[in-house]
Order: sequence, then structure tokens, then C-alpha cells
Amino acid sequence: MYVAVKGGEDAIRNAHDLLARTRRGDPGVPEIGLDQIAEQLGLAVDRVMAEGSLYDRDLAALAIKQARGDLIEAIFLARAFRTTLPRFGTSVPVDTTAMAIRRRISATFKDLPGGQVLGPTFDYTHRLLDQGLATTAQTTVKKPAASASEPTGEEAAVASPPMPRVTDLLGDEGLIEPAPADDGTAPTDITRTPLSFPAGRPARLQALARGDEGFLLALGYSTQRGYARSHPFVGEIRFGTVEVSLPVEELGFAVPLGDITLTECQNINQFKGSATTPPQFTRGYGLVFGQSERKAMSMALVDRALRFAELGEEKTAPAQDEEFVLSHCDNVQATGFVEHLKLPHYVDFQAELELVRRMRAAHATDEAAGAPVPTQEAAE
Amino acid sequence: MIPDTPPEAAATPAGAPGFPLPPTDGATPEVAQRQAVMGLLNRATLAELQAAIERFQPLPKVHVLRPPEVGLVMVQGRTGGDGAPFNLGEATVTRAAVHLDGGATGVSYLLGRAPEKAKAAALLDALWQDPALRIAVEDALRPLRRRLAAEAARTQQDTDATRVNFFTMTRGED
Repeated sequence: MYVAVKGGEDAIRNAHDLLARTRRGDPGVPEIGLDQIAEQLGLAVDRVMAEGSLYDRDLAALAIKQARGDLIEAIFLARAFRTTLPRFGTSVPVDTTAMAIRRRISATFKDLPGGQVLGPTFDYTHRLLDQGLATTAQTTVKKPAASASEPTGEEAAVASPPMPRVTDLLGDEGLIEPAPADDGTAPTDITRTPLSFPAGRPARLQALARGDEGFLLALGYSTQRGYARSHPFVGEIRFGTVEVSLPVEELGFAVPLGDITLTECQNINQFKGSATTPPQFTRGYGLVFGQSERKAMSMALVDRALRFAELGEEKTAPAQDEEFVLSHCDNVQATGFVEHLKLPHYVDFQAELELVRRMRAAHATDEAAGAPVPTQEAAE
Repeated sequence: MIPDTPPEAAATPAGAPGFPLPPTDGATPEVAQRQAVMGLLNRATLAELQAAIERFQPLPKVHVLRPPEVGLVMVQGRTGGDGAPFNLGEATVTRAAVHLDGGATGVSYLLGRAPEKAKAAALLDALWQDPALRIAVEDALRPLRRRLAAEAARTQQDTDATRVNFFTMTRGED
């Protein structure tokens, strides 16, 4: 147990000053700007927004700078900041069919309505270090090919057509389960009501959407390796911008607030059917702030694994254990409890020390007397 | 996605291709147009809004009903993309409201922490509600529409350049 301590103010102040100087690094190197972080370390910004559960690029960039690039620390800062703000309301659920697509791929259908666009992706790169990036010369960036139809603006009524979902294609034939219907009930909000178990799918999705990418990646991977095996296909991944709108009471209508970037993953999994349901494909779903494909895929794998009970599957693996997964996927909670161990535990440890000394003394006495040695748990 | 068309055309039904309007029950054309303008203002830079306001100098006296305030909106998604809603995470939002002497009350709610922008957007919303000024406000926002349309066109062009066709290879002897 942690017991409050006092003293050390000067040392703490000096340590924080030293932290500030270390953060700045060599003063001969130009200081990094938030615009540079937001523009050039965009995926770090996306991760902080997703797991900080707070969509604000500038704020995430600031958190990354302050945390010296420690993303979990930055996520912690974002979460702390959000507690200082009032909540104006809840958005209309975003419509990912109306997404302005910047990437859209399917691993299940090569020719699907809307087609496949790769967008800005690491896929199909050779993962060879590009020494050209080691210099700051801008010559390595290729300008997009000039096109014959340079947008003039005036006439360019640019509209991305609604992009059908892969799941709808299968759904038309009844080959895949439908998404759970919207019955009008407000979903649980785990930032207002602490998680309780069983949590229900909306609460699970909220927890997974803000959960640690590494933890969910490992759990998702475990399902592929045979722990809660359910053979997934990536039906579709899309990334792009969607409009968010907020119903405003004093106006009596919803105000379009602007656009946010999202990554969505629709997994298609096998299901052999049950007494009441014919064999059909089932679904796992991932939706994440920013461009976070690995996270969206991991979320979809874990979402599907957690649905074992409703699908009548056997519980055999950690990824299916709702309490285990949801209680440990939040890296702010996790880092708080792990890292508190380094804070002063002097009083607690003194008690343990006394206990071990007493037990050793008793042990020595008993041994001398030839009595059987009682065992006792030292640390409680 | 902002098409470079004046908002008369935006009074098309909600969800029409090219101008996804927020779902509102029984939205009148007037409401739909105001939503479209608010969506446009919210995608502007502060400089663009200030340039638009400049055209209306001298302004009537502006009463700040609600000073710009930063808060959060919980963004919801839908399970499977089209199913029951769930809470995805929050976004920062700034809101403001102004009243023009002898005119309308303008309101703004926009993504991000931008007090000055929220105030400017509320002011333009108030000006737009005056039927006598509406055409002039639309005209003042034309450069903004043009920029957004050009940016969207550029993004779509860049994205289209990465369109792929995968071919399945035949395996075996045949």
C-alpha cells in the first residue's frame, strides 16, 4: 500500500526542470513544432487520439511533445485534459457509408462495388530503410502526377458516392448475420458508468475503441493462433473522413460540426450455425479514431472472440474472457497501477520486513525444538 | 464533402449524394440550408471567416449571448457500421452565440478548440438569417466553397490514383 510522504520539494522541482531541459534536448537542434508533429508524425497523433478517446489533433500533438514521444504518457495527458471540459451532448451516430474514402480494401472480394483503393499505406513496401529520408532534402517527395483535369473549383461539385459495405453484399443473400438492431436505447457510456459484467456489446466496443493497441493486437493474434479460433477474413477496411453532427436543443436541429478521420474494419468469421440459426457468416467490428488499421483489425478480432456466448461457442481462451479483456485493455489504468509500485511504499515494506523477521525467528526456534515448520504467506 | 454549388441545390433530401445532411426530423428547406451553411462555416479557417465578415462592415452592434466555450461531444458509431449505436470517444467542440442589434441570433458549434472562429461563425450565421443579406453572405462564402471543393477534388484524385485491380493467378497444370 502507498502511504503519503512529504519532503523532497526541491529535488522534485529540480527533477522537473531537468525533465524540461532533457525534453528540449540539444539547444542547437531546432525545437519541434506542434504543426510538425501533427503533419509528419500523424499516426502517433492518431494513436493518442484513439486511446486518449479524445479527437483533437492539436491537443494530441501537444501531448506527444510534452511526453517526449512516450505515447502512453501522452494518452494519459489527453485523458486528464478531457476531464476538465463539460460535455455539450452526444453526436448523431456517424454514417461510415457516407465516408469520403481515402483507403478501402477487401480481402474477400477482388471486384466489389466501389472498388479498392490503397491510399497512403505501408502495405507492399519492402520495409527497407530509406536513406533518402535521413537528409531533410525535400527532393524525395514525389509530386502527384499532374492530371489533365486539374480541379478548377468553380464547377467541381465533388461528391464521394455512398460506399456500400461488403457485409451488405453478403447480407442480401442472408449469408451473414445482420448487425444488432438499433432499438433506440442509449448505449452504456463507460466514462459515466463504471464497467460491470457482463458488459454488453456497446460497452465492450467503447472499451476496445480506447483500449491499448499492443494489448488488443496480442489478443487478436492469439485468436488467430488457435486460442478461440474463429477463422476471420477481412471483409473490408476503410479509412477516410465522416461528418459529425450534434443535435442542438436550442436550435431544434442537428448542426454539422465538421469532419473527423476514422478507420473501420469489418471482419467476416465462420459460424457453423445452431439449432435455431442456419450456418452463416458472423461479424467482428472495429472502429477507431484516425488512421489506425492495426488497431481496428485487432478490435474486430477481439470483438468477435468476446461474442462466443451469444453464438453458442465454447469458452477456451483469454480473448473470450470479457472481464479479463476489458479490465486490462485500458493502458492508462494499467500504467497507473503498474507504475504506482515505484512510489514510496516505505511504511508498508517496514511492516513486511518486521513480519519476515518474526517468521524467521519463529522458524529458527521451531527448528531448534524439532517441531514441524508452519508455512505462512508473508505478503498480503 | 462540400460541393461548389449554392445552397438552393442543397435543399435536396438528406443523404442525397454530395451533400449528406445531418438527419433532422421534418427539416424545412430553410433549416436544411442553414445546416449546410453552418457545416460550411465550421470547415473554414478563422481568416476566411474574418474576410467574409469584412464585407458587412459596419456591422450592427453585436451582443455576445454566449461567450465562446470549449467542451466535448461524445461521438457515436454503429455496431457493424449500421447497427445499434455505441460510444466511440469524445471530440473537442467550441460553441458560441451572438445577437445582432435589430437582427437575428447566430449560433455556432464546431469541432476543435477555436473561440475566435466560433464567434465569427456565429456572427455569420446571424447575418445569413437576415433574408436581405442571405445572398450577400452566400457570395462572401464563395471563395471558401471553392477552396473546399478544390481540396476534396485533389484528395479524391490522389486516392483514385491508388485504385487497384487484383487478378487471381491460376494454379496447377491448366
